[in-house]
Amino acid sequence: MKEFQQEITDTARQHRPGIKENFDVTRLAGYGCMALNDCPQCKSCTSHTTKDRLRRMNTLLDLVTLLGRTVFVVTRGAGSIGLFALEGISCFFRPPFYWRVFLQSLLDTGFLSLPVVALTALFSGGVIALQSYTGFAQYHAQSAIANIVVLAVTRELGPVMAGLMVAGRVGAAMAAQIGTMRVTDQIDALTTLRTHPMKYLVAPRLAAGVIALPLLVVVADILGVAGGFTVATVKLGFAPDNYIAATMNALKTEDVMVGLVKATVFGFLITLMGCYYGYTSRGGAEGVGSATTAAVVSASILVLAFDYLLTDLFFAQ
Amino acid sequence: MTDNPSSAPKIRIRGLRKAFGSKVVLDGVDLDVPTGTSFVIIGGSGSGKSVLLRCILGLIQPDEGLIEIDGVDVLRAPRREREERIGEIGMLFQNAALFDSLSVWENVAFGLLAPEPTRHSEKHPRLSRTEARARANAVLEQVGLDPSVGDLSPSELSGGMQKRVGLARAIADRPEILFFDEPTTGLDPIMGAVIDGLIVDCVKRMGSTAIAITHDMASAQRIGDEAAMLYQGKLVWQGPATSLMHSGNAMVDQFTHGRREGPISMELRR
Repeated sequence: MKEFQQEITDTARQHRPGIKENFDVTRLAGYGCMALNDCPQCKSCTSHTTKDRLRRMNTLLDLVTLLGRTVFVVTRGAGSIGLFALEGISCFFRPPFYWRVFLQSLLDTGFLSLPVVALTALFSGGVIALQSYTGFAQYHAQSAIANIVVLAVTRELGPVMAGLMVAGRVGAAMAAQIGTMRVTDQIDALTTLRTHPMKYLVAPRLAAGVIALPLLVVVADILGVAGGFTVATVKLGFAPDNYIAATMNALKTEDVMVGLVKATVFGFLITLMGCYYGYTSRGGAEGVGSATTAAVVSASILVLAFDYLLTDLFFAQ
Repeated sequence: MTDNPSSAPKIRIRGLRKAFGSKVVLDGVDLDVPTGTSFVIIGGSGSGKSVLLRCILGLIQPDEGLIEIDGVDVLRAPRREREERIGEIGMLFQNAALFDSLSVWENVAFGLLAPEPTRHSEKHPRLSRTEARARANAVLEQVGLDPSVGDLSPSELSGGMQKRVGLARAIADRPEILFFDEPTTGLDPIMGAVIDGLIVDCVKRMGSTAIAITHDMASAQRIGDEAAMLYQGKLVWQGPATSLMHSGNAMVDQFTHGRREGPISMELRR
């Protein structure tokens, strides 16, 4: 290492006379490399080995810098979201609670999301019935279709599809609304009217998400199974009585409950992302647009990531 | 702290400093605003006027300095006491900042209906929705708007009407202090004069102490008793608002007369 350091120093001095003795190796590497690149006589330079090694070292340093910066940004973002979530949760337990805002959010998150969640669940249940029939027919196991539909819908499709739909619809709307309030001074105006913005804007929305998502998932479960039933009986020729009996046999309370637990977590994450990115948005219309995109993308990824984690927690043998 | 409370200014600021990164916005501002005075701060864009108001309101934390309201150091006072002092400030924002999810009357009555425990006292009792609506109607009339406007959404109003609703919201709870951030920006001269007239009426009627920031000279002279100029984070001049146009200070004269040449140099890219 010492020899290499001496080599770099010599190269740097050769091209930049007067360089200081106490330059550290990183700066020397950068300086030496810059000197070599800029040098008009570089083609006649004899220290090609040094030049290559410096270039490789510079590339390595760039990669390490990029990695460090990424880790720093991700860690800072996660910490910031964590603190925001803790403050939002603490606002549940500190009066006042804004019931009007909560009920409005419950209406927006829950009731107004019903059509999109219902249609998604209905078609997803139908698709599962069709696909599992295609696959299971090869092994003469078509009778398992009712079990597969119930299992898939209650454990996974109901909560995940509802979560993704609500992330797209409600997460985006929350980020846009709160973001617009931020960039038009409405959040500052709340503070001047002695109203804590986290209590007024965030806590009621988090509460609404936690309550509305499980209710939506109950509807999604019912309609998902109904979609499977419709396809199985109308298109695939199953006897309705037998299909219903097989469905009731396969339906387990714990599967439904785990789906509802997932929905509760998803509801919290989706509204948290919408509120966080809206609340911290900056820079006018462009900032609000970026906040909306970030809220939807991060909520969707978190829904899928937490779906895996919760499935692993509850169902892994 | 002030030695003689009877002569204490309503707002006292000493050595206020705020920087954003390497950009120093407030650089040791000292300011006394006597009780019942309407104080105007002028200065160019980016001179730190809005940051000064936001520091007093607690929306921005200054790096150094002292801010006293009625002798209470609001930067270091316990949270409850700080909230009580700052709760006595009503603010008209530059773009009115009306809540677009609420109707006009709900905007005006927002502070009256706020369920925050620290919000209400004997002076500011919490009102029922019916009482708040009646108060909102009365305040809307004070700012020259028909009470029927109360049922509209803020997005249905013109810029001038939005400013008037913002003013109504600021005065609805009869605060002891009023802040106005660029009250006439974006309005035509006649509407600007109307808003200024309403501000003067409200301040005089309620006996409030007011701080307005503006770069509209006509507005500054209509609203203000006292005036000061902020330049590069420092107060470079203070005097009666009536002497704004002939202050004798080269910077103020250049600014108020809108001259290109003078001690204030604008850095322009060519």
